[in-house]
Amino acid sequence: MSAGPVYTPYHPRWYRRRVSVWWWLRRRSYAWFVLRELTSVFVAFFAIILLWQVRAVASGPEAYERFLGRLGTPLLLAIDAVAFLFVLVHAITWFNLTPKAMAVRLGGRRVPDWAILGSNYAAWLVLSAAVAFVLLRG
Amino acid sequence: MARITPLLWLLFSAGGTVAALLFPVHVFLTGVAVPLGWLEAPRYDAIHRIAAHPLVRLYVFVLISLPLFHWAHRFRYTLYDGLQLKHLTALIAVLCYGAALLGTAVAGYLLWTFAP
Repeated sequence: MSAGPVYTPYHPRWYRRRVSVWWWLRRRSYAWFVLRELTSVFVAFFAIILLWQVRAVASGPEAYERFLGRLGTPLLLAIDAVAFLFVLVHAITWFNLTPKAMAVRLGGRRVPDWAILGSNYAAWLVLSAAVAFVLLRG
Repeated sequence: MARITPLLWLLFSAGGTVAALLFPVHVFLTGVAVPLGWLEAPRYDAIHRIAAHPLVRLYVFVLISLPLFHWAHRFRYTLYDGLQLKHLTALIAVLCYGAALLGTAVAGYLLWTFAP
């Protein structure tokens, strides 16, 4: 018997199957996950539109008219329509996750999921109405 | 990086909540309903007067900044997992959070210098 273990100079390589970059197309649940993550791209897109809106309002009436005109071009209108659908998906998936993400306790008892969901959707409704009221009243 | 991870996660979830509660109505009104002519666009003097209020400017700042950090965090992990770019961790993180910081700075500048 030899005195010690014999080592080869080579580093062992584990067998690891390569996963395709399109792994998320294999199952509907994976695709839905990636779609949900991609809602963030439309969130960022609209944050930039908001920045543009602020700059237009700050720059004067002509800039504001130009801004409104650009939003009416077919390309931006189409992207905005898609962005609306994606932020809706974001909002609904986000609200539906909150009862799972945090367990709220009141008086030692866990607040049921439907109450958290209900208050989310109620807040959504109230805030949306308030924003519409302030923006359109003028 | 590990030390600011909780902060980044907090920004992600705060931004996700702000975007969920407030983006649908803003996208619908500004991006869809007004351009399609379903609703009349706010007149310039009206929207200028609304935006001149300090609380409204604070609101708009939060409305732009936090959702950008939400995007940065989510998009970063989508790139890691979706496109398997784990080896570019540092570069992607710098680009994503850097873009969110830049957007925040521009928003802060525009809203701070807004002439009432």
